[in-house]
Amino acid sequence: MVRERKLRVMVAKPGLDGHDRGARIIARAFRDAGFEVVYTGLHQTPDSIVKAAIQEDVDLIGLSSLAGAHMYLFPEVVKLLREKGVDDIVVVGGGIIPDDDISKLKAQGIVEIFTPGAKLDDMVDWVKTNVKPRSG
Amino acid sequence: MSSAVEKVIAGDVRTVARLIRDIDDKIPGVRDVLKALYAHTGKAYVIGITGAPGVGKSTLVDQMVNHYRKQGKSVGVLAVDPTSPFSGGAILGDRIRMQRHSLDDGVFIRSLATRGHFGGLSQSTRSAIDVLDAMGKDYIIVETVGVGQDEVDVVKSAQTTVIMVIPGMGDDIQAIKAGILEVGDIFVINKADREGADKTFNELRQMIDMGHNRYEEGKWKPPILKAEAVFDRGVTELLETIEKHRSHLFSESRGKTVRKKKERVREELAEMIKSRLIQEVLDRLLETGEFDGAVDAVAAGEKDPYTACDDLLLPKLRALK
Repeated sequence: MVRERKLRVMVAKPGLDGHDRGARIIARAFRDAGFEVVYTGLHQTPDSIVKAAIQEDVDLIGLSSLAGAHMYLFPEVVKLLREKGVDDIVVVGGGIIPDDDISKLKAQGIVEIFTPGAKLDDMVDWVKTNVKPRSG
Repeated sequence: MSSAVEKVIAGDVRTVARLIRDIDDKIPGVRDVLKALYAHTGKAYVIGITGAPGVGKSTLVDQMVNHYRKQGKSVGVLAVDPTSPFSGGAILGDRIRMQRHSLDDGVFIRSLATRGHFGGLSQSTRSAIDVLDAMGKDYIIVETVGVGQDEVDVVKSAQTTVIMVIPGMGDDIQAIKAGILEVGDIFVINKADREGADKTFNELRQMIDMGHNRYEEGKWKPPILKAEAVFDRGVTELLETIEKHRSHLFSESRGKTVRKKKERVREELAEMIKSRLIQEVLDRLLETGEFDGAVDAVAAGEKDPYTACDDLLLPKLRALK
């Protein structure tokens, strides 16, 4: 097939964190990279993010957290996806994440973590390299 | 019957979500599923919501979903946002206003991007409506900006079309007058607490009446409602008016109903042939490299685009005979 699937990604803000400037900028960068980006808005629960991601059939969920609750919220999203038998949505995270937490999050299925200073181009490249629209 | 068909009819969210993606991505195998599903469609009531960006479409849809859920009805929402003509990407943000329904299994919300020139938006949206219909949704709400032929076509596949404006949008009403005003069954002036709501009401009334000056017995005259969707004001009235329009459609004479159905099928079928033809021909030209070859030739100034088009297309058309 010459026709290629379009990459669909979700940018989500779990928890009570009220800052989404970063998430919006990343959504915009993803759009400019040619992805279809579903943005959930603020104050989402892991459950509402997972249900929305399934309805939207996205290939990637990008979680943003600047409020320190990432150690609960991020793994919870992965856990709920697995419970629903979803194993083809890549979960990544970004925000104010202490170095010590990164390996712990990765051990729980968050594939990559982006911290302050991460460049938009690098993130887009990472997605293009590591996330493929699902086949079949 | 394939397992995908069975799962859609059983209301399996994951299967439905993936099927809509396949429709959007134009995966060939999807046609067989749609063929089998068609027999299970025709039960849902389809409502189109259209209006300029910022008039409050998503907020209104969110409230409508809330009301329908209280009535015990299940709802599907298709929210269409524009694809960037530069990058091919899109930000689909309509969900932001509707996320409170994401935990409700009686609601299925899907964001769609317009996907640009070969997108066939009306075609894929119509197929997505069929899927949600077969899934068993009682109401399907399609939300679009309503600009351009493609989006007017989408709106036409709704049984009741609601057009939203806000006060002070005089010029915008002029802009939507051509094409979209004619397809409106109900008009909503949202943010009606703002200055100029009465003036907008009068302007709209005049414009709609101009389009309906021929007297016809039993003809539907599009009502204009005022609403403040964010406070849930006017939403009950809107739903009542939608039901009135629905019973009006049912009360129409058999002859008229058949005529309208034929008209719709004629348009849908023509659209289907058109988008399928473009897809098949273009796919083949891309596969063989003929298309890229022609692009190079025209860009290098060796050929004019009209000749290039003839050279690409005529052999394919001859093969059709």
